[in-house]
Amino acid sequence: MMTFDQILFYALAVIAVLSAIMVITRRNPVHSALFLITTLFCVAGIYLQLHAEFLAAVQVIVYVGGIMVLFLFVIMLVNLETLSQERRFNRQWHIAILVSVVLLVEFGTIIWRGKAALQLPANQPLMDTLTTNNSEQLGVVLYQQYMLPFEIASFLLLVAIIGAVILAKRRLSSDGK
Amino acid sequence: MVGTGDYLILAAALFTIGVIGVLTRRNIIIIFMSIELILNAVNINLVAFSMYWQHFTGQIYALFVITVAAAEAAVGLGIIIALFRNKETINADEIDLLKW
Repeated sequence: MMTFDQILFYALAVIAVLSAIMVITRRNPVHSALFLITTLFCVAGIYLQLHAEFLAAVQVIVYVGGIMVLFLFVIMLVNLETLSQERRFNRQWHIAILVSVVLLVEFGTIIWRGKAALQLPANQPLMDTLTTNNSEQLGVVLYQQYMLPFEIASFLLLVAIIGAVILAKRRLSSDGK
Repeated sequence: MVGTGDYLILAAALFTIGVIGVLTRRNIIIIFMSIELILNAVNINLVAFSMYWQHFTGQIYALFVITVAAAEAAVGLGIIIALFRNKETINADEIDLLKW
């Protein structure tokens, strides 16, 4: 008998994988973006199941609210009329799929062989280090133990903002074309 | 109880789908979306192991991965716009400026 936890996990996992497959097979990039949003929501649900409440909120706000809106914006900026008639896949797709399937089999074998070690003891109570006040504890760890990486990340974002503005600016070449 | 192995298998599946997308699609925007899929698969692994070890470091790493993904998306989409303005194409196999 499956518990509610398991049913929820398998439902989220199946929806996530199916819409991920839709992302890479749809012809229209807008459809791909919408399916990717579905996948991201499912991943946020899986974070909730893993008691990472803060990360689930960040996933929805940053990915769905920020990055995907940026994607849709760029799709509308560069949308081509000819796109719908062109080939979707490039010439080496047979080899690519073969290599990827080999990769998946490798991953599966490794995880399967180590499955016994990965199983949590069934009735061990969860420690409350992760489950209570997730955001508060995450903040304490982030601002004390990981202060320097945090500052470096903020610097990285600053560089990315400037880089994106410079790249997307109109006159790129110096000959004033 | 869902075991850590189940989360790892889900992450491996999402990762492989992302790799297939990167390797087979011609549209650069879809290649970028596949990279986001790969980063999400890595995040699931990090959070699952955070749960397994009952330790916060995995979640902090996932947070940093999301930050880097945001920076990467901003710069990458800027590159796509600049590329489209100069080459009038967003197909990866037609962009061969570095091919000798």
